[in-house]
Amino acid sequence: MDEACIVGIGETAYVRKPGSGLSALGIQLQAAVRAIEDAGLEGSQIDGIMPFPNLGHAESFAANLGCENLRFQSIVWMGGAAPVASLRVAGAAVQQGLADYVLIPAGWNGYSGSRARQTVAEDVSSLPGGAIARDFYLPFGFTAPPQWYSVMARRHMHEFGTRPEQLGCIAVAMRKHAQRNPNAVMKGRAMTLEDYMASPMLADPYRLFDCCLETDGAAAVVVTTPERARDLGKEPVFIMGAASGQPRPADEITNRKDIFQTGLSLAAPEAFGRAGVSPGDVDFAQIYDCFTFEVLQQLEEAGFCKRGEGGAFVEGGRIELGGELPVNTHGGLLSEAHVLGMNHIVEAVRQLRGDAGERQVADAEIGVVTGWGDFGDGSIAILRRA
Amino acid sequence: MNQVETGIPKPLPVLEGLAGEFYGYCKNGELRFQRCRDCRSWRHVPREMCAECGSWEWEWERSSGRGRVFTWTVVARALHPAFQEACPYAPVVIEMEEGVRILSQVTDCSPDELEIDMAVEVVFEDANEDVTLPKFRRGTS
Repeated sequence: MDEACIVGIGETAYVRKPGSGLSALGIQLQAAVRAIEDAGLEGSQIDGIMPFPNLGHAESFAANLGCENLRFQSIVWMGGAAPVASLRVAGAAVQQGLADYVLIPAGWNGYSGSRARQTVAEDVSSLPGGAIARDFYLPFGFTAPPQWYSVMARRHMHEFGTRPEQLGCIAVAMRKHAQRNPNAVMKGRAMTLEDYMASPMLADPYRLFDCCLETDGAAAVVVTTPERARDLGKEPVFIMGAASGQPRPADEITNRKDIFQTGLSLAAPEAFGRAGVSPGDVDFAQIYDCFTFEVLQQLEEAGFCKRGEGGAFVEGGRIELGGELPVNTHGGLLSEAHVLGMNHIVEAVRQLRGDAGERQVADAEIGVVTGWGDFGDGSIAILRRA
Repeated sequence: MNQVETGIPKPLPVLEGLAGEFYGYCKNGELRFQRCRDCRSWRHVPREMCAECGSWEWEWERSSGRGRVFTWTVVARALHPAFQEACPYAPVVIEMEEGVRILSQVTDCSPDELEIDMAVEVVFEDANEDVTLPKFRRGTS
């Protein structure tokens, strides 16, 4: 049963040097305007806005866009899981009549502004669970996401024999896909498994090439009801089912009884159930790839393979274009740009519209997009073409 | 005392509330975790109530101080300026005999000597005159 649909997508150029030249709000507005135009709407018609946590206020977007009646706003405090979780909330909002057209923007100058890597260290207490990190992680030098998550990667290697080369397969697949994407920051910079293995250690087992990029860029989508989408005269992409979830406990990463549990472990069965399909029905997956192991872990927790089998699953080109389950066909956060996962939603829509050019997944009908944030918050949306 | 290495002080816990009580015991050379008075389950990090049984009744019970290495990372490039000179160093997750896990470091062991299930025991390290951090050294298994 379709819950709502996406009718507009927008992106800025994704860049590093010399930077976007736009303000933190301006870059998101540029993406927002493109998404609104793509939907065939005017800024004045947007009556719901869901900004990314800590990256802007709905009022600022509305004032610039000329929204006539901003009657719904909400922020989902789930870090990188927020954009996909917002699809679910926006879908419920338009179905319940809280708003007609909900804009979900995200973006930042993660390269030319405050570097992405600095944002947590500068004010960790702004995160949910941040006071715990401040008091019990940072004093021991456990200061940043790649370090926090890499302890799970090491434990996975211990329990299941997952190998660095398998994490490398993920990095290499994303980089290959970026070669087919003119907006990918890493287009023109090929990477082999040997390059990956030779990249310097950052937070062992994470090498530099296990880690997402720092880039300037923004993306946005517009969500509405299937009825309104029909009137806009553009083929919508339907949200078949979406859900978000939190591991237990959500605010502390070391004391989970099940150390590999993430929010997605609970959200994925709910979303597939709502959508009435199973992982085997999915033609591609855009998986939040802050780091390589998180892709492997989410493939397991979402049910694309069993826990412990993720390492073998990502080998042999299975997650590459032309493989059984192409993952991050745009290059992802690892090789397109770090647009907080909003670029994953945009790419999923593009694939389902058949507009993905030389990286188009043939006959793509159903796609999955996930989000990952903070200490393992998870979100997932199952989308289908019209 | 190695608080200042790069001129940028290492981050320290805020000594307020339950975290303040936890570190207060550390300053006295005691590692204590909360333990529920009703269902007797141990917990870390400090919480207001028992997530297992809903009880508000708990006490700070002394840990044996012994645990085993559960997992770790090796920071080769610091992502906080205060830890630049400490690289490479290993934040380690230790599973205590009581079942709770604590994030710390093993002080008498280089990162490449760490092993999963390695026995460790708590030691206390003064970060400054107010804050003492619980760290670990190799233990007898």
